[in-house]
Formats: sequence, C-alpha cells, structure tokens
Amino acid sequence: MSLLQVRDLGVSLRTRKVLNDISFNVAAGEMIGLIGPNGAGKTTLMRAILGLVPFRGVSSLAQVPPAQRGKHAAWMPQAREIAWPVDVRTLVALGRIPHQGTGAQIAPEDTAAVERALDHMGLADFADRTATRLSGGEQARVLIARALAQETPLLMADEPVAGLDPHHQISTMRCFADLAQAGTSVIVSLHDLGLAARHCTRLLVVHEGELVADGVPQEVLTPELLRDVFGISAWARMTEDGFVLQPLSAL
Amino acid sequence: MSRLMMCLIAVLFALVTASFLIGPAALGVGESVAALVNGGDTPAAMVMREIRLPRVLLALMIGASLGLAGAAMQGYLRNPLADPGLIGVSGSAALGAVLSIQIGIAGSVAFALPAFALGGALIGVFAVLLLAGPRGSSLTLILAGIAISALAGALTSLVLNLSPNPFAANEIVFWMMGSLADRSMVHVAIALPLIAVGAVMLLSLKRGLDALTLGEDAAAAMGINLHRLRLTLIFGTAAVVGASTAVAGAIGFVGLVVPHILRPFVGARPGALLWASALGGAIMLLAADIAVRMILPERDLKLGVLTAIVGAPLFLHLIYRTRREGL
Repeated sequence: MSLLQVRDLGVSLRTRKVLNDISFNVAAGEMIGLIGPNGAGKTTLMRAILGLVPFRGVSSLAQVPPAQRGKHAAWMPQAREIAWPVDVRTLVALGRIPHQGTGAQIAPEDTAAVERALDHMGLADFADRTATRLSGGEQARVLIARALAQETPLLMADEPVAGLDPHHQISTMRCFADLAQAGTSVIVSLHDLGLAARHCTRLLVVHEGELVADGVPQEVLTPELLRDVFGISAWARMTEDGFVLQPLSAL
Repeated sequence: MSRLMMCLIAVLFALVTASFLIGPAALGVGESVAALVNGGDTPAAMVMREIRLPRVLLALMIGASLGLAGAAMQGYLRNPLADPGLIGVSGSAALGAVLSIQIGIAGSVAFALPAFALGGALIGVFAVLLLAGPRGSSLTLILAGIAISALAGALTSLVLNLSPNPFAANEIVFWMMGSLADRSMVHVAIALPLIAVGAVMLLSLKRGLDALTLGEDAAAAMGINLHRLRLTLIFGTAAVVGASTAVAGAIGFVGLVVPHILRPFVGARPGALLWASALGGAIMLLAADIAVRMILPERDLKLGVLTAIVGAPLFLHLIYRTRREGL
C-alpha cells in the first residue's frame, strides 16, 4: 500500500501554471530526492501535496482532515524560522503539537519522542541552550529534530541541507536514509546533485512545472537530462561505493 | 502551578488589598474589610462597595485584558514590538466615545459613552477585516490596522477641531488620557461579559501561537487552522480592548511592555506567556492606579499618562537590553 498518492496535480498562481499533471506514488521506506533548477516548482509541489496551496487533481495527504495531517506528514519549510528565544528542547517539543489535544498535558510518549529526536540529531548536549543563539547549521539540525519528533510516516523537507557544512550535509542525508530504511518515507528537495545521487533511493525531476523523470538515480541522471534540465555536464560512475556524480561545467 | 504564577498571584493579591485600603476616605483596615463584606447603608460600605470595589475590579479586568491581548498579538505577529492597539480597535473605540461626548449624550445617559465606544470598536474591527481580508497575511493585518488607527485619530482630531464648546473639548482630552476614577459597577457590568468572552478566545490560542514559533507554513502543516486563529485573535482582541477602552479610555504601554518583561520568565514560549501577561497586566495597572492616587491625590493624575510615563522609559531600557544581547 502506498503512503502517498499524487494524481494529475496542477497548481496555478494567479493565471500562470506553475505545476502541471504531476502523478507519482510514494511507498513506505523510500528516500526520495526532489530535484530541479531554481523556479522549477519544487517547493510549490511539496506545499500542494501538504494542502498548503490550492491545487487541481489529487493528493491523498490533502484529503486527510487538516487537523489530522500533522500525524501523517511532518513538513520542514525552507525558511528556518525560530521566532522566539526558546530552548532547544522546547522547540523540538513543538513537533508533538499534532499529537496533543488542546490544552492537553505533555504525555510520557511525547517526552520520549523529543529525547529520541534530540539523540538522533546529536543534540543532547544542546537541549538546554537557547535555539536563537545557535549557529545557522545548528539551528537547521534543531529544526530537523523538531520534524523527527513529530514521528510521522512521511517526512518532507525543503532544502534541509542548504547552508550546512559537508560533515552535517552528509550526516543529515544519512539520517534521512536511515529513517527510510526503518520504514519512514522521506521526500527532500535538493540542489546538490552529488548528495542526491549518493543518498536517495529515487529521484523526481521537476522542470518548468512538469515531472520529467522519476526513477533510481543512475537511470534518471543521464547526460541528456543534466544538459536539458540543469544545463550542466557531469562525471558519473557506478563505483564500489555506489553511484557517484560530480557536476563539471555549465553548458 | 509554576513558581512564576505563584509569585504573580501573590503580588496581585497584595496590590488588590492595598488598592482597597487606599483612598481619601481614611478608613482603618478592619473597618474597610467589615464594610466591604457586610455592606449596608453606612458611608464606609458605600465607599468600599461603590467606589473602591469597581475601581479594583476594573483595574484587574482591564490590566489583564491589555496584557493578554498584547501577548497574543506579539505571538501572532512574531514581533515583540506589537501592541493590542495595532489593529485599530482602541483608536476607533476612542472615536466613538469622543463623539458621544461631543453630541452631549454622554452627559445625559450614563452608559451612552461606553456604548458609543463599543460601537466604534465594532465598526473599526470590521473595517480592518474588510481591508485586510479574512485570509490575508499578518502584514496586511498590520497595514489595515495602521490605516484604521490613523483614520480614527484624524476623525477624533476633527471632532476636537470643530468642537464649539471648550468644556466638551476639555472633557474629551481628559477622557482620552485614560482613567479608572469615578467608575461604578455599571461600568464593570458593561465590560465584564465582553472581556470574559474575549479572554476565553485569546487563551484558546495557546497551541496555535506555540506552533507559530516555527512560522506560518510549519504551523499550518502541523494542523493549525491559521484562518481561524487569525479571526479568533482579531475578535478576541477587539472584545477585550474595545471593552477596556470603552470604560477606561486609552491606556497605553501595558500591552506592549508587560509581555516583553515576562517573556524571559516563561522561557519565551508564546502560549505560556498568555496567562503570565494577563496576571502581569493586572499587576501593572493596579500598581499604576494606586500610584495615581498616592502621588497627586488632589490633582486627579490620569492613569494613561502614568502608564505612558513609566512604560516608555521601561520600554527604551528593554530595547537597549535587546540590542546589547544582539537578539
């Protein structure tokens, strides 16, 4: 049974068609990279799937009543907003909001989920620090931990690794891949094709509002697609460490 | 109950007691309490039940209203400089009150002034909604609020400008400074239902305001209905601030300063700040009302003047501290 079905999804902002006839299914345990050039419609696609923008067609997630959606999917927007100087544990605990009723007390399973998420992102030592005083990369990890604490079958993140150092880029992608292996499906939008090729089990390529490719990285990232969609050439090989892709030059 | 909550309640209790005991009628402690509890036709009972009791109740209600609305507005806009007056309710309530003084009905019918002020607040809030749209962003709400405040301010000035009667103009100016002097239980009865309803609405925003710490998109994806949250905020604020302005005039800075002072004590959580700011607002207004009676008892120092004189430097200090911490 698939976790998410998207059928003939289209979005128009004002009169301009931003997305057109997008269809795909997501099964449990997939690690999906959503790639495409700037302005291709990646963010709009994810927001439409979540029911945050009006759209045509079908998204199985948007059919869930809005108050329940937070139990099915966690969403990490690209803007890493932390409005108030709360401590890290409090911020991560915000991910439990969909599981708590109005005014409900914090249940033991909520506390446990928060601690698991903190451990998962290696933030146990940061738990009592003020989130707004952390560095940009640390804040990004705190916000990922917040999404993890939501403990949903589906996790969607918009450019979660942008602005992180190589160590944390790789460990974040590994973390998502581990979650996928444990059964949670992950959809991340990415600009780094090398990370996408290496860590994702499946890539969706969006170009000018259309889904132009959908498949495993080594089949999707052909020289023709890289030229037509991204305007670049790249070196790509299947190595003993898996599929490796290094962009070379802009065409 | 947290330690902060207990501290605030203890201070509030002390100030309520002090407020009951301070006044030009020199009553002893025992005498005051007996008169308040037993009632009757004695002058002491009249003073306690009809002068001091409404004053204490109004200070509690209005202070809590302003603190709560300020915390909710700051939480929604995610901006520590937001103020409950931002959506134009206090300005339009003041315009309604000023009109009732100008046409003379305020002098002849006891509840005409608060009724006119509430009418003004209602028109103001619908004008803001009409301008901002029911689904617009927080930015359109701020802009609509500024526009309505400016318009209400201009119309208030026009009324003053065209006032043929210097006594009415004088009364208007003094009313606009905000005060709790010479209010009766009628004022309490007018304001209480609206403040109670508005406060319940604002307190229900706790979960949504917490979620908004992560931004509007993340909050919406967690199941927070932002459309409903916004309407609840606008109507809740309009109810408590409109009712407060209707019975006490414009009292500034409480809604701005109190949430700002208390934020560090609740770990900056916007939901927890709602309760704390309601208590803190009541404390600040009670303390200010005691102060106006003690500093210049014979000159009728206006409450709104004092809160602004104390509040503005306090606010400047807070801005300075915020800047230094680089937040």
